[in-house]
Amino acid sequence: MIDIRNVTRSYGTFKALDDAVLSIREGEFFSLLGPSGCGKTTLLRMIAGFDNPTSGSILIDGQSMVGIPANRRPTNMVFQSYAIFPHLNVEQNVAYGLKRLKLEAAEERRRVDEALAMVSLSGLGKRGATELSGGQRQRVALARALVMRPKVLLLDEPLSALDKKLREQMQVELRRLQQAVGITFILVTHDQYEALAMSDRIAVMFGGRIAQVAAPKEIYQRPVNRQVADFLGGMNFIKAEMVEESGDAIVVDTHGFGRIRTERPRSTLRPGSATTVGIRPERLRVLWDDATASHEVAGTVVERHYFGEITHLIVDVPGLEKPLSVTETNDFGADDLPIGATIRLGYDPDALVAMAD
Amino acid sequence: MTTAAGGSVPYRARRGTTGTVLQSETARAYALISPTLLYALVLLVVPILVVIAHSFWTQDYLTIDRTFTLENYRVALTEPIYRDLLMRSLVISLLVSLFTVVLAYPIAYFISFHGGRHKNLWLFLITVPFWSSYLLRVMSWKVILGYNGVLNSGLMAVGIIDEPSTAFLYNSTAVVITLTHAWAAFAILPIYVSLEKVDRTLIEAATDLGDGPIRRFLRVTLPLSIPGVISALLIVMIPTVGDFVTPRLVGGKDGVMIANAIQAQFGKASNWPLGAALSVTTMAVVTAMAAASVLVLRLLMRLGR
Repeated sequence: MIDIRNVTRSYGTFKALDDAVLSIREGEFFSLLGPSGCGKTTLLRMIAGFDNPTSGSILIDGQSMVGIPANRRPTNMVFQSYAIFPHLNVEQNVAYGLKRLKLEAAEERRRVDEALAMVSLSGLGKRGATELSGGQRQRVALARALVMRPKVLLLDEPLSALDKKLREQMQVELRRLQQAVGITFILVTHDQYEALAMSDRIAVMFGGRIAQVAAPKEIYQRPVNRQVADFLGGMNFIKAEMVEESGDAIVVDTHGFGRIRTERPRSTLRPGSATTVGIRPERLRVLWDDATASHEVAGTVVERHYFGEITHLIVDVPGLEKPLSVTETNDFGADDLPIGATIRLGYDPDALVAMAD
Repeated sequence: MTTAAGGSVPYRARRGTTGTVLQSETARAYALISPTLLYALVLLVVPILVVIAHSFWTQDYLTIDRTFTLENYRVALTEPIYRDLLMRSLVISLLVSLFTVVLAYPIAYFISFHGGRHKNLWLFLITVPFWSSYLLRVMSWKVILGYNGVLNSGLMAVGIIDEPSTAFLYNSTAVVITLTHAWAAFAILPIYVSLEKVDRTLIEAATDLGDGPIRRFLRVTLPLSIPGVISALLIVMIPTVGDFVTPRLVGGKDGVMIANAIQAQFGKASNWPLGAALSVTTMAVVTAMAAASVLVLRLLMRLGR
C-alpha cells in the first residue's frame, strides 16, 4: 500500500530522517511513535507531499509520489492544530475539498451529511468555525478529510490538544471509525498509550531512525533494545551474560534472577557477550503470606508510591545494581506495605526479555 | 466590613460603600486619561463643532451673522461647480485607493510569504521615500510627467511618440498617479499585517484538500486578508478626498478637487460658512462612500464562497 524506500531527509548536515524503510499495509491503523524530533512528523509530511525526501522514494499503491504535489496525492491529513478555516462554517469546511470535484448539489450535500454523521456532528453544519470546542474542531477536521475518501488518512498528533478524558474517548472513536471506513490510517504520536491502544502496528523511531516495527503487544513485550523498552513504559533492566544458544532461544546468566532461558533478541549475540534482560514492573507480583511461585526473588521495600488503583513499589534485591520497580494492584494491601518490609516477588521466566543495549 | 458581611448594616449604607469604591475608580480612570482626553477634545472635537456651527451661519462682509440658515448647504449641494468638484474628488480618491490596494497587495504578499529573514529590511525600504518631504516627491512627479520630462523624452527616444505629449501632467490622471505612489506604503502595511496573521497551516490544509496555488489563494489567503484590504482602502480613500496640495501642484485646471474649493472659501473668497458647509458635506459623503465600499467588499467576499 505505502512503501517508504530508503527515505532520507537532511537539512544541511542534520538528518531528520535517515534511510527509513517501511511498508504499510492496506486498511491498517499504523502509528509512528517517538519522542519529539525523532523524524515522525517529517515522514508524515513527506507522505502528504508537504516535504520531499532528499533521497529515496515513497510509493502509494505502487505509484511513485516523486514530483507529485500535495494537492494531487490520494492522501488527506488531520492537522495537529486542526486548521479549520475560520471564515467558513462547519458545512463549508467539510465541503471544501468537494467543491473542486464539481459534484451535483444533492450529492455534495449527501456526502457532507454522511461525513458529519460519521463524526457525530449532525445538526451542527451551520455552526461557525470559531464557535466550536476543541473536540468539535477535531471532528470537523476528521470529517473534512474523510469526506474526500482518501486512500490514506494522515493524522498528525490529532489528540494532543484535548484533555485526558476526551482524548481517551476519541482514541476509541478513531479506532472504531477506522474499522468502519476501512481506510489506511497513519497516526503520528509521542504518546505510547495512544499508539498501543489504537494501532495494528507501530513503528518506534529515535533520532531519525526506525528502531522497531511490530504489533503493539510485541513492541511492548519484546522491545528490540533498551531505548524502545524505556520509551514504552517502565522496564527493569538487569545485566546478563549469554552462556549458550539453541535455535531461537538463548540461555543467559543474570545477576539476581539466576540462569534463564529466553527468546533470542534481534541483535547478534555470541556466547560470552554481555547483554541486558528486562522485565516490566507489572510482571513482578508480590507473594503474600505463604503463596509460592515457580520463580521468586526476595527483597526489601525501599519506596512506596500510591496511585489510586495501583501502588508503585521500589524493591531492593541483593545482587542487583538497581532496585526493582514493581506495580501491584491494591486489592491485597500493597498500599499498606511498610518501608523496610521484606517481601518475595514471583515472576514468569517468559516475562524476561533479552535485548540489545 | 466584617459587619457588612454579617448583614447587620442597613442596605443603603452598604450600597453607599460600594458606590464610593466604584465612583473613585471611575474618577481615577478619568483622571488617568484626562490629558489625552483633553487633547482629543480640544484639538479634534472642538474644531469639528466650530466648523459645523459655521456651516449654519452667514458671512456678512467682515463679520459673521450668527442666525441659523441652511442657505450654505443649498449652495453646496445645488451649485454645479461644487457638485462636479465633489464628484471628481470621489472618483479620484476611489481610483487612487483601488490602484493603491491592487498594487500594494502583491508587494505585501511577497514580503509576508517570501520575505524570509529579510522581512524587516523590506518593510524598512518601503518607508525610505518618507525620508524626503511630500512636496519633493510631488515635484519629482512633475519632473517625470512634465512636457520636457523623463517620460516624454523616454518615449520619444524609443520612437513611440514624435513630440512631447501634454497628456501626462496637469490633469486628474497626474493626480491619481501621484497620490497612488504617495499612499503606497500606507496600503502595504495593513495588508502585510493581515497576511502575516494568516495561519500557514490553513494554506497547507487547502492544498491537502486538492487546491492548487491560485485556488487556495482565492479561497483562503485572500478572504482571510480582507480586513487588511479594507483598512488599506479606508486609509487611502478618506484622506485623498480632502487632498489639496497634489491637485494644486500637478492637477492643472482639470485636476482641481473639492478641497481646493474649500481652501478658496476659507482663503481668498473669505466665505467661511460656505467653506464649512462644503467641508461638512464632504465629510458626510466620504463616510457614506467608505461604508458603501466596505459593504460591497464584504458582499463580494460572501458571494465568492
